[in-house]
Amino acid sequence: MNPSTSDAYSLSVPAGLTLDRTGFLELYYFMALNRKLEERLGHLYRQGKVVGGLYSSLGQEACSVGSAYALERGDFLAPMIRNLGALMVRGVKPVDVMAQYCARAIGPTRGKDLNVHFGWVDRGLIAPISVVGALIPVMAGIALEMKMKSKPNVALTYIGDGGMSTTDFHEGMNFAGVHRLPFILIVENNGYAYSTPTSLQANVTDLVTRAPGYGAYGESVDGNNVLAVLDAVRRGRARCLAGEGPVMIEARTFRRKGHAEHDDAGYVPRALVAEWEKKDPLDAYRRYLLANHTVDSEQDIGEIDAKIAVILEDAANEALAAPFPDPSIARENVYG
Amino acid sequence: MADRQTVSAKKTHYVHTPDEKSKLDMLHFMKLTREIEDRIERKLYRQGRIVGGVYVGRGQEAISVGTAIHMEKDDVVAPSHRDMGVFLMRGITARRIIAQYMGRKTGLTRGRDGNMHMGDMNYNVIAFVSHLGDNVPVAAGAALAFKQRGEQRVALCYNGEGATSRGDWHEGINFASIHKLPVVFFINNNAYAYSTPMELQMAVADVAMRAPGYGIPGEVVDGNDILAVYDSAKRAIDRARSGAGPSIVEYKTFRMTGHSAHDDAGYVPPELFEEWKQKDPIVRLEQAMLEDGTVTQARLDAMQRECALMIDDAVDWAEKQPYPAGEDVTRDVYFEG
Amino acid sequence: MAVTTYIDAIREGIWEEMEKDESVFILGEDVGIYGGAFKVTRGMLDRFGPMRVIDTPISESAIVGAAIGASLVGMKPVCEMQFIDFISCAFDQIVNFAAKCRYRWGAGVPIVVRGPCGGGVHGGPFHSQNVEAYFFNVPGLKIVCPSTAYDAKGLMKAAIRDPDPVLYFEHKYLYRRIKEDLPAEDFVVPIGKAAIRREGEDLSIITYGAMVYRALEAAEELAKEDIDVEVLDLRSILPLDEEAILATAKKTSKVIMLHEATLTGGAGGEVVARIAEKAFEYLDGPIVRIAPPDTPVPYSPPLEEAFLPQVADIVARARKLANY
Repeated sequence: MNPSTSDAYSLSVPAGLTLDRTGFLELYYFMALNRKLEERLGHLYRQGKVVGGLYSSLGQEACSVGSAYALERGDFLAPMIRNLGALMVRGVKPVDVMAQYCARAIGPTRGKDLNVHFGWVDRGLIAPISVVGALIPVMAGIALEMKMKSKPNVALTYIGDGGMSTTDFHEGMNFAGVHRLPFILIVENNGYAYSTPTSLQANVTDLVTRAPGYGAYGESVDGNNVLAVLDAVRRGRARCLAGEGPVMIEARTFRRKGHAEHDDAGYVPRALVAEWEKKDPLDAYRRYLLANHTVDSEQDIGEIDAKIAVILEDAANEALAAPFPDPSIARENVYG
Repeated sequence: MADRQTVSAKKTHYVHTPDEKSKLDMLHFMKLTREIEDRIERKLYRQGRIVGGVYVGRGQEAISVGTAIHMEKDDVVAPSHRDMGVFLMRGITARRIIAQYMGRKTGLTRGRDGNMHMGDMNYNVIAFVSHLGDNVPVAAGAALAFKQRGEQRVALCYNGEGATSRGDWHEGINFASIHKLPVVFFINNNAYAYSTPMELQMAVADVAMRAPGYGIPGEVVDGNDILAVYDSAKRAIDRARSGAGPSIVEYKTFRMTGHSAHDDAGYVPPELFEEWKQKDPIVRLEQAMLEDGTVTQARLDAMQRECALMIDDAVDWAEKQPYPAGEDVTRDVYFEG
Repeated sequence: MAVTTYIDAIREGIWEEMEKDESVFILGEDVGIYGGAFKVTRGMLDRFGPMRVIDTPISESAIVGAAIGASLVGMKPVCEMQFIDFISCAFDQIVNFAAKCRYRWGAGVPIVVRGPCGGGVHGGPFHSQNVEAYFFNVPGLKIVCPSTAYDAKGLMKAAIRDPDPVLYFEHKYLYRRIKEDLPAEDFVVPIGKAAIRREGEDLSIITYGAMVYRALEAAEELAKEDIDVEVLDLRSILPLDEEAILATAKKTSKVIMLHEATLTGGAGGEVVARIAEKAFEYLDGPIVRIAPPDTPVPYSPPLEEAFLPQVADIVARARKLANY
């Protein structure tokens, strides 16, 4: 894609965003890591190494990375299935993800659960379950503890356009609103919930219109602009810490692949996918870095890419060399 | 609470106003509702003649009556536990209702369930369950059937503001709004859910603020002014019947009692009861009708006596009704042919 | 006669009832244009249109609640749970609204709630569960768990025609692995009737769902040792076919209760309690229960294999019981 064409998608920088060069480069690193890790998982899936389904966040990396990058030490995050980038920002290692997807004993759940269904409470990471929406009341509960103990922290999780239709979304947001909790909900409006378009999911196109009904602050951002997402979540975080209650940020983006790897998404109009390919968040950000002279040349970016390639190669080797779990652990840890 | 009210209590121009007969009907059914509930709560319950708990809608009669008056015979209603007026307006007799409260065989549930947990599909009334908000998707489902079959019927669904915190409320309204189903969601916002005040129930002043999130109209109305209730309900029901989809109509009112007969509502500031006593919906309609000459005081007194006599009769009848037989306890869990 | 897979048998059961009865309709997530996550409703949107094949939001309470409402005014809805694990999100509507309407106020709720259950496909803790025991203690519900294509179709038709709420748990492991010739003419399999899958004299294995095949495999192994096993497929869990259960127990005098749901509180406990209560004097050995351990369903293949009852486990425990 030629960055000089006038109709090319280009990122606008939010006024007031402060970020040093390291920060700019880290955003690139995490988005590229997210993308490349998923590509590598795709290879492993086709080689039959992945056990179970594989979920892609192609085109949604800016949302995961920008939102998680806005968090500070002590904040809590809970990812959904398309938030691998957020896990990378929060320090999860690619080998953890690969081992988990390949059902190996060194995966975070030692083969008991799959894909991104893992977490570490001591690292501020809460594991999701397959029931979408369930994280919202849970993260509101974590925010409640932060408020009770006057901690300078927030709890953040994600919901899709589909998950907005659930009981738990409603009950969790309402609870967060009533108690003015430091809770941030990122609404990833990516056009489809499995095969169901947003038009069959809600009678509104702007999902953020639900925020006022819960006494929450709502804002809609370009979900493919990592800088816009970062800025919105930082401001949201500041509101939370000021005691102004929960924040709902609708990130408008698009799911460019099927629900999971097995799904060819034949129900999605091709033109729509093509339109969003032109707004690829990683390509756009790379163009932005060059155009604004954050980096001097493609070579600087190439160095980051090369570093990622090495990390992923090592991670894949380590994950695949690891054994499957011993059957004896199947009965462990049902109780404390 | 009062400073959180967003409703203009002084609205005087309505799209729809009831004719003289409708006004008299509404007054009758509000009085009958008050009479039957007073009798149940303040007499029969205290005398130990009621089985189980008692939940009344004192002070909230205008909501049930001013909405249900617009129902056509084939419309379906899913009332909540403060909607006695709906049952009476659907033609369910005071006799059967008292028998229900006394756990008798001829009550609506034949002694299987108590108090306001009653329904009868012969009258198109769907029975309520204790799990608040469950009736929202259920009412939407009835409306879905009407739409599927191309029928001009509507479903009316009633809930308190407390029920709006439940996920079923959200799921049901979302589903109904996507498919533009012929259903109206009435909210009886009486300021307290058991002991929980509005500010601990939601972060907003009005439930209706959630309507834009579903892309449907939301209106806040003085629930103690039956003329306002009549007008707003008519507009929402007409809209639903026309195929334009659901609405949320929120009626601001006040629960002039505890949650149930055993609850003295000690957590409610007494001045709120005083304030809302001045807004009694029955007194307001009576005064308006006296002023415009629709009724005389003598007529009002006669109506009151009529209601009392109906309830006297219902109590006498109900107390002569048998209890259900113990051996029937296992009957009707499944279809028995 | 045509060879039909288990999954197509479910689909045909629904399809034929929809052709016959306009009040039958489907609602669930991704059931329309996508034809369902497992393609049970494939082609139905084209045939029956969007008012009878309704793609819902991710709202299981609304799916079941709306089905209840529509059924109260004369419709016969079939709800799909994308995976049966998600039925927990509709628990309240099922156990408090649907199950109690008839008893409370005489209003029948003829709905079907169906979905894929069971493990063996490395689906992990949220895509592998067997949930029948959650609902087994709820009077007013019926529960069926077909194991064959014939039963899948016949029980689906029976469920749709039933005047009460029926939970229909289809085992996803069987979807495309099981097939058989089905009669062209209309048939139903009555709810509440078990079927003997293998006649035997020495020992009975009572089971249902995918475990029927494990039991049959074990029976073949045991036959080599001259242990003659009878396999009773319950087909319906609620109501139980007590007559068939007691008959097989009295016939062989030795009983193994096998299921894929975890042991404690599983439906098998009720089966063996009834045998102990009503056929105790016919027994020649302790009743044996075989079920997964009391853990969530694990994901990684070695763990899931350790979790699910295996043929070798069944053979070993049956051998011991036969020699008791």
